[in-house]
Amino acid sequence: MSLLDYFRISKVASASLAKERLQILVAHERSSRNQPSYLPQLQQELLEVIRKYVNVDQDAISVNFEQDENQETLELNIVLPETQR
Amino acid sequence: MARIIVVTSGKGGVGKTTTSAAIAMGLAKKGHKTAVIDFDVGLRNLDLVMGCERRVVYDFVNVINGEASLNQALIRDKNCNQLYILPASQTRDKEALNQEGVGKILDDLKKDFKYIVCDSPAGIEKGAHLAMYFADDAFVVTNPEVSSVRDSDRMLGILASKSRRAERNEEPIKEYLLLSRYSPDRVKLGEMLSVDDVQDILSLHLLGVIPESKSVLNASNSGTPVILDEKSDAGQAYADIVARYLGEDKPHRFIEDKKGFFGKLFGGK
Ligand SMILES: Nc1ncnc2c1ncn2[C@@H]1O[C@H](COP(=O)(O)OP(=O)(O)OP(=O)(O)O)[C@@H](O)[C@H]1O
Ligand SMILES: [Mg+2]
Repeated sequence: MSLLDYFRISKVASASLAKERLQILVAHERSSRNQPSYLPQLQQELLEVIRKYVNVDQDAISVNFEQDENQETLELNIVLPETQR
Repeated sequence: MARIIVVTSGKGGVGKTTTSAAIAMGLAKKGHKTAVIDFDVGLRNLDLVMGCERRVVYDFVNVINGEASLNQALIRDKNCNQLYILPASQTRDKEALNQEGVGKILDDLKKDFKYIVCDSPAGIEKGAHLAMYFADDAFVVTNPEVSSVRDSDRMLGILASKSRRAERNEEPIKEYLLLSRYSPDRVKLGEMLSVDDVQDILSLHLLGVIPESKSVLNASNSGTPVILDEKSDAGQAYADIVARYLGEDKPHRFIEDKKGFFGKLFGGK
């Protein structure tokens, strides 16, 4: 740091931005780390069942596992194609 | 009882090899018989940092394959007779290391050595996995930078679930944070994550902060672990780290920007 730095227009402190982004990301990655290992297969099999009835894309279904102190929740989300009615 | 220390990070180029060389030398200089193993198969580098590259005859993979004995492959350090180096192989065969072979070598080393330092390769592939699998302690080397912190967290997850201790339901690996390439002046300007920022995310036991330092390059240029440069800030930081690891109570240094007004005025480094 030199004399010139004292006159530099202060920028947004990028470190605090870095910290904020990391906190969100790491929390997310930790929760998915604890996911049961059967999730991908469950997702695949569900997809096959749904496809017997509706022609959905591979990414039309999402399975989310949430864990807090009291309970574990499995959240299932299926997006149906617009034309299928 | 011998202890196996893995120096790991996930991310590449954060200072694992620098750290492995320094702490292995530090432990050996304190009188503990220490071996340091390069797990970076195909990208051997520890030999250069330790300055023994011209004395490599046999390597880790030769020992695993029974082509050389452990004693033939171990290189005694030129500066400290309590320190031995097991170099990595330069083979491009990714499957050259296997769990059984590595386990057997570590068991043999444990009979003779007090500390076994495993310099992990970057990534989370086989080499990194084997480097941490048998560990008792993990030195997680992290730079104050987003991708390094994220990868360290990822590595903590792997240490907690994929190690032998985890698989056997034994006491988990002891994890320590080594925050390296730290620049207190940039932290002060809000340009770099601080020790506290990193700790808020990783919450590990902080073993020490290693400053960004020219002495590290000087040390690797000459092939002497930076801890032997006792006047240098990085050398002192590593000496503190070794002392703390061995249970000494040393206050943390190199966290604050110590330069006075005149230092700043003239942009001293
Ligand atoms: N405290 C430091 N100050 C300045 N430079 C450093 C510091 N620590 C490491 N370096 C430099 O960073 C580079 C990478 O260091 P090193 O080889 O120890 O990292 P690594 O984690 O082992 O890398 P890889 O993942 O490739 O094995 C080297 O050029 C080294 O000199
Ligand atoms: Mg390395």
